[in-house]
Amino acid sequence: MAKILVFTELHGAHVKGVTLEILGKLSGHTVEVAAIGKIPSEATADLAKFGAAKVHSLNGAGLDKYSPEGYANALHTFIAAGSFDYVFAGATSLGKDLLPRLATKFDAGMASEVTNFVMEGDKFAGTRPLFAGKCFAKVELTGPKPHFVTVRPNALGMNANPTAGAATAADAAVDAGTIRAMIKEIVKGTSEKLDLTEANIIVSGGRAMKDSANFKVLEDLANVIGATVGASRAAVDSGFAPHAMQVGQTGKTVAPSLYIACGISGAIQHLAGMRTSKVIVAINSDPDAPIFTKADYGIVGDLFTVVPLLTQEFKNLLGK
Amino acid sequence: MNIFVCVKQVPDTETKIVPSADGTFIETSSIKWIMNPYDEYAVEQALLVQAANAGSTVTVVRVGSSKDTEALRTAMAMGADDAFLVEAADNLDSYSIAKALKGAILKSGKTPDLILTGKQAIDDDCLQVPQILATMLDLPSVSVVVEYTGTASDITVKREVEGGSLEVYGVKLPAMIACNKGINTPRYASLPGIMKAKKKPLTTLSLADVGVSDADRRVKYSNFQLPPEKPPGKKFDATDAAKTGAVVKEVVGLLRTEAKVI
Amino acid sequence: MDFSYTPDQLEIKELAMKFARNEMMPKAQEYDAKAELPHEILEKAWSLGLVNTCIPVEYGGNGFTAVDSMIITEALAYGCMGMNTAIMANDLALLPIVIGGNDEQKKRFLTPMTEKYKMAAFCLTEPANGSDAAGIKTSIKEDGDDVIINGNKMWITNAGYADLFVLYGTTDSSLKHKGITAVVIEKGTPGIELGKKEDKMGHRCSDTRAVTFNNVRVPKSNIIGGLNKGWSIAMKTLDHSRPMVAASAVGGAQCAFDHSVKYAKERIQFNVPIAHHQAIQFMISDMAMKIEASRLLVHKAAWLLDSGLPNTQLASYAKAFAADSCMQITTDAVQIYGGYGYSKEYPVEKIMRDAKLIQLYEGTSQIQRLVIAKEIFTR
Repeated sequence: MAKILVFTELHGAHVKGVTLEILGKLSGHTVEVAAIGKIPSEATADLAKFGAAKVHSLNGAGLDKYSPEGYANALHTFIAAGSFDYVFAGATSLGKDLLPRLATKFDAGMASEVTNFVMEGDKFAGTRPLFAGKCFAKVELTGPKPHFVTVRPNALGMNANPTAGAATAADAAVDAGTIRAMIKEIVKGTSEKLDLTEANIIVSGGRAMKDSANFKVLEDLANVIGATVGASRAAVDSGFAPHAMQVGQTGKTVAPSLYIACGISGAIQHLAGMRTSKVIVAINSDPDAPIFTKADYGIVGDLFTVVPLLTQEFKNLLGK
Repeated sequence: MNIFVCVKQVPDTETKIVPSADGTFIETSSIKWIMNPYDEYAVEQALLVQAANAGSTVTVVRVGSSKDTEALRTAMAMGADDAFLVEAADNLDSYSIAKALKGAILKSGKTPDLILTGKQAIDDDCLQVPQILATMLDLPSVSVVVEYTGTASDITVKREVEGGSLEVYGVKLPAMIACNKGINTPRYASLPGIMKAKKKPLTTLSLADVGVSDADRRVKYSNFQLPPEKPPGKKFDATDAAKTGAVVKEVVGLLRTEAKVI
Repeated sequence: MDFSYTPDQLEIKELAMKFARNEMMPKAQEYDAKAELPHEILEKAWSLGLVNTCIPVEYGGNGFTAVDSMIITEALAYGCMGMNTAIMANDLALLPIVIGGNDEQKKRFLTPMTEKYKMAAFCLTEPANGSDAAGIKTSIKEDGDDVIINGNKMWITNAGYADLFVLYGTTDSSLKHKGITAVVIEKGTPGIELGKKEDKMGHRCSDTRAVTFNNVRVPKSNIIGGLNKGWSIAMKTLDHSRPMVAASAVGGAQCAFDHSVKYAKERIQFNVPIAHHQAIQFMISDMAMKIEASRLLVHKAAWLLDSGLPNTQLASYAKAFAADSCMQITTDAVQIYGGYGYSKEYPVEKIMRDAKLIQLYEGTSQIQRLVIAKEIFTR
């Protein structure tokens, strides 16, 4: 049985989902959770349900905003005092930045952004992608303890039926120490969409869009899932979308994680622009459309019926 | 100012990645090695800061095996003044690399005012070396930086976080800044620059010279494998109005649990 | 025998290819369609040291060997053969000065090219004299300390933008090659009349015009090598410029080939990628062999030059073989693409149109064969 700390970040009245995913994999071990700031009681209840035995809210001056040094200094003393074997965190922006610094304070190593792991007895063994996901490897840690691990959000999945448990909540005072790089302000993400060539998710419309005004249906979906809207050459040539939105041989070449092609037949010119997308979803009323040979998930149907339903379903899933 | 840039040489993005026969790493025999793209932004940023602070030097440091086309020479061709190479295998872990970089920086005899590097190396995608090195040198660090402004010792940098938001940091140098795409447009190494770079000093060190050994490894890799084959595409019939809702629900569920893209 | 590039050459190639991919390729089709000169791209190439590779170090150049310049030319042609022609034309014009000019002329004409981006134009061909170069009629007549030039030149690359015209004329056309004289004419000299821009099959972004020299007066100090000494300078120039043009054919062919290989892996017909069909495999194999053989001929011709050995025969081997191969390879590239290859949406039809010129300029493929036969039979 290993003594494990999971560092969590607050998300409104709850903690970030990745924390619960991690807890789900740690049953059988002594697991405690810590956050900088006051963990609300609803969150404590969630954490308990997923297996946390103790939940610590760490407080101190200078910690109201994230700073690598402040958080690392604060957690360093806390972790040292707790004699933990492992420290886990989600591979969020903050987690990826904080944990390497924190680990180095212990002269310890860290496994970055694992997509899966098991505890073989007391020993951690993870799987992680390398070379932009072109291959995977087993990863293990060695050297001084505690060992540190960050976990990719949404990779483990969440335990559907977490077992109830009780968790004690405690407050601890921590010291942020000297901070030489400090956040002066935070500029919220603008509604400005990423350029097609940078976008992680793209929703594209083809000739079946019939009208430039109908692209609103795709924009509604894009807004919910954080996508950029593109178009096929047929749509652009018909005047339904400007050339800047064109994906394909004479348009932009894109490589998103998710490409949703709506009413696009899948002609070779279009495929040339999006064939390296990780996951392709196609919606087309023609069951023989060539795009279906390339799609991971194909939906035969009318895009004007299917897309709004997708928008609603994603809204439900993402809690928007 | 003494400016340092840490660069890594990594397989070109078009390279076909094949696990080695014993699964301990990848096949490296036919790889085209390039400067880690994110480090190009770091080299450029160093040159920009140097231009704004007369008398500054830019030293580039790399840990890895020597290459036919040496990224350190490319950095010097872009304008860096001198370079240090710590000869080592190309699959050291982040802790060992950071320790070796620290050793090389100390060997240079110059106290760093600013250390720049890319936010991640596109081979192991660990995103650790900037923070580890900064902590080893007791420096503040900011990573995923898309904007750098300010005078010699008082700078403002913008860090990109989830949701496209920007954290604006005030930083007192010396510090480590890890760069992201968008911070600048890296210049080409000109051909005259390439010629001049041949005469600039490149010092080669061993791991022993910088106090790094096998005992410094913290992360062990094994069982390198290609990702599982993509399963054949699934096709769903949503032409029947009664079924459409269920089909949509199923696909969205699969996108989350199976494809893991949402 | 070492066939590998030196570390320096690898770096040079890497930089040139990076420039070709990032700056030239994305714009190649656009400038071809508009038939416009891409000033910014050419100037950027110059700022990185990719232009005027023949200028020696003493006059502000970068000290490249002939092999280095072949590597650069191949990479730029990979990016766009038309843009490369506009770049390469500078060397075609400056080489006579490098080979036959005196120190004062080199300082006056070469060094300024290294300080600011300028274009140069090489003027040999006339409306009635192409292959029969020795029969050119443009007259160069002495007049005190000057010479006066009268004649019509045809197919002059960079004419509309050149700061420097390096012209071959004759003091007496009946003397044939013994009267040929090379002279430098600076832009702005009265009497230079530019024709309209030619509308061409390929290399469309390159500015090509007829130029009339109407009583153009230049000082005798602009004559390269002396009156009646131009023919041998021209011949020595070809020893460098023919391999360069051949190198551009290698670059264009390589680009068309790379496109074809990629397409063959993606295009499915009869249930498999067409790369699985023997007809395609045979075409691709022939293309690959020809590219490698062309490149080796270019490198040997350049190596001989760098070694101070006669290379006229190899230069013609390289030019004829690379040009003819490039035409075949780019034609097959369109063939592999099928109907899509015939459309301007895809990049290969442009490269095929560009390929044709390599068989024509800098000595037609037929003239190269005459040169080769002469070398063989007069031994």
